Amino acid sequence: MSTRTVPLGRGQRAVADAVTMTRRGVAHWGRQPGTMVVGLLFPVMMMVMFAYFIGGGMAVEGGGDYTDFLVPGMLALTMAFGLEATMVAITQDIERGVLDRFRSMPIAPSSVLVGRSLLDMINSAVGLLVMLGAGWAIGWRWNGTATEALATIGLLLLLRFAMLWVAIYLGLVARKPEMVQAVQILVWPVAFMSNAFTSPDTMPDWMGAMADWNPMSATAGAVRELFGNPGWESGTWAADHTIALAAASPLLLLAIFVPLALHRYARLGS
Amino acid sequence: MHIREERKRSAAILADDLRKTYGTGKAAKPALDGLDLLVPRGTVHGVLGPNGAGKTTAVRILTTLLRPTAGRAEVAGYDVTAEPDRIRYRIGLLGQHAALDEELSGRQNLELFGRLYHLGGPGAARRAAELLERFDLADTGTKAVRHYSGGMRRRLDLAASLIMAPEILFLDEPTTGLDPRGRTEVWNAVRSLADAGTTVLLTTQYLEEADQLADRISLIDGGRRIAEGTPDELKATVGADRVDVVVRDAHRLNDAVTTLTGASGTDAVTTDPDRRLVSATVTDRMAALTATVQGLAAAGIDAEDIAVRRPTLDEVFLHLIGDHPTGDQRKATV
Repeated sequence: MSTRTVPLGRGQRAVADAVTMTRRGVAHWGRQPGTMVVGLLFPVMMMVMFAYFIGGGMAVEGGGDYTDFLVPGMLALTMAFGLEATMVAITQDIERGVLDRFRSMPIAPSSVLVGRSLLDMINSAVGLLVMLGAGWAIGWRWNGTATEALATIGLLLLLRFAMLWVAIYLGLVARKPEMVQAVQILVWPVAFMSNAFTSPDTMPDWMGAMADWNPMSATAGAVRELFGNPGWESGTWAADHTIALAAASPLLLLAIFVPLALHRYARLGS
Repeated sequence: MHIREERKRSAAILADDLRKTYGTGKAAKPALDGLDLLVPRGTVHGVLGPNGAGKTTAVRILTTLLRPTAGRAEVAGYDVTAEPDRIRYRIGLLGQHAALDEELSGRQNLELFGRLYHLGGPGAARRAAELLERFDLADTGTKAVRHYSGGMRRRLDLAASLIMAPEILFLDEPTTGLDPRGRTEVWNAVRSLADAGTTVLLTTQYLEEADQLADRISLIDGGRRIAEGTPDELKATVGADRVDVVVRDAHRLNDAVTTLTGASGTDAVTTDPDRRLVSATVTDRMAALTATVQGLAAAGIDAEDIAVRRPTLDEVFLHLIGDHPTGDQRKATV
């Protein structure tokens, strides 16, 4: 049998394995394009609903256009949520035993998780483009430079990458697809306790403070600032340093959840 | 070179006082309680035991999926905790549940696993094509595995575990839930692999399966080995062979007892009038059979059936398990 190969170096192997895992997921999309389209359109529907059903009753401080305020918030929201697909994919792999096959193979231990995060990043990047297009269609405009626009997209994707790792960790903790629903319920208060839809100034003090420090608020604020869309001057430190926070909080989340997830994955064997 | 030679000489699978405890403190539950196992290269070894005996835990430790709490295990000459990757290139695993990507086709699955074994794209495609052909799955096209029948799924699962032409193949209850045809297919595949020199470790609850396939059998219960030997040796532990005669006419039962007593040379002849059965333990099975046939003919007794049989593995199993209460029962008596 000439099928035995010389093991690659650790680094090479880790990259090759992660790419193989990503390709696996891309093959899934090819088989279920409907699921993917629904996943891309759901945030668009949310945005349209907020803009037209609720937007009429919302006022932006300083008299800006609510659509210009809403779209950056929705972009951040889209990057921060819609993680159930990631969690379910992780739990399904565990339940169906395919993870046991992967783990009995000579692959880099990180590749299953890294592959998953890369795959969902591709999906999220497409999703972000769709949202930008949809925002444009309902009248949102950006007023910054091209560099600022790229920096904004970078910050949004950074938030997404961090949230994906949070989801991967939660999926490894939940282990069963049914458990994911319980985790999902927590998403709603976190989503609304932010500046995505309205200014934290309008909330009770303690809630407004939490909303200010919500990583999603930082990214939404940074997006508004860089895109030149209306925000507000609340005077809190967090609200005044949104760009720094939008870069720092995802990095902090990654520093916490990547090692946690890898550790949890390694512990599947104990 | 020296190391490689040593590795070749060593056993395919070795477990030495292997222990695994799930949970800690009061909730601690031993799944393996000092398991010993030695499987020479090129043999088929059956691990037989009731549910909860520790079979799957043993397989998961030996295939590097689970770390042992204590004890030592070597596979292909490598320690399971120290060098798991060296083992992973040399083993195949067929677990209790199909370890396949349900959304992908059979070919996509095999190519995925081939890439993960670092065969490269073309190499993985070539190997996938070979295996699909060999397991009669070449015409499944792009159908997703979730639409496969149980037998097809099992064949694909087996194909996936053979991508690297493993030195050692682990089969954890490979035929559970399969219909007789699927079972025969798996058995034939195991036989041809064993003929080609693959070491096979097979866990099963089916005594017949161990009897059919295994060169040696370890009986395990409560996380430890309670008996080991060839199927014949294990059967011999329960007792001697028997000659059974079923007479056509129930009135001749007593005459048959006389004949069988003479033929077997023992007084240990039992009868079951309802089944018109006379049965005797014998020491020399062939001589006893000849003497019985001749004796019945001479006495003019018409027999419906004459058989020499060894005790079945079922009897061995019940006999030995009965002697060794399972963990739960042990706990109950404390």
